[in-house]
Amino acid sequence: MANSTAEKAKVAEPPKPEGQPITTMSVVAPAVAWLIPGAGHLIQKRWGRGLLLMASIVTMFGIGLALQGRIYRPNGGDILDMLGFVGDVGAGALYIVTRAMDWGQGAIAHATADYGTKYLIVAGLLNFIAVADAYHIAIGKKS
Amino acid sequence: MQISHFTAAVLFSVFASVVFGITQRNTPREMMRYGLYCFAMFVGGVVAAGWVMWILRR
Repeated sequence: MANSTAEKAKVAEPPKPEGQPITTMSVVAPAVAWLIPGAGHLIQKRWGRGLLLMASIVTMFGIGLALQGRIYRPNGGDILDMLGFVGDVGAGALYIVTRAMDWGQGAIAHATADYGTKYLIVAGLLNFIAVADAYHIAIGKKS
Repeated sequence: MQISHFTAAVLFSVFASVVFGITQRNTPREMMRYGLYCFAMFVGGVVAAGWVMWILRR
């Protein structure tokens, strides 16, 4: 009888959550991946993937600037400007350098400048996806 | 720098497809296949949208 009660108590015990352990890499990889697109993969020795991500995101951002796209600032005032800022800031160091050099003023004279603005935003958003992927590799969820 | 609408759309598709392929699949073969699939969908969507607008305009 006593054994039976003890067994029931064991069965009723809720399973312990299997959380991912926090490692140095799981913190460093996303941070580096955000700052330098593709670098989160490179520091984990995913050379091919890292270089392809870097080439894609940096080239996209560069084309956006070459098309005279507009870089959004954090205090735009308008909600759409704030969303644009969220997208832009995903590019990490690219955004910081662009702001520091005062590039990305946007040229309303050209129709293609609007494409440039979208390229800049999407480059940042794609980098957010790359950051998440670098994190998944770091915690072992992805090979 | 000035590029056409179509060139802008194709370049956009290339870069987005590369990132989607790498980040959304696990093996190199699957990454390649998914990247090509995304590229085809992007460009196919552009062409289809172009025809829809052409029909609406007439």
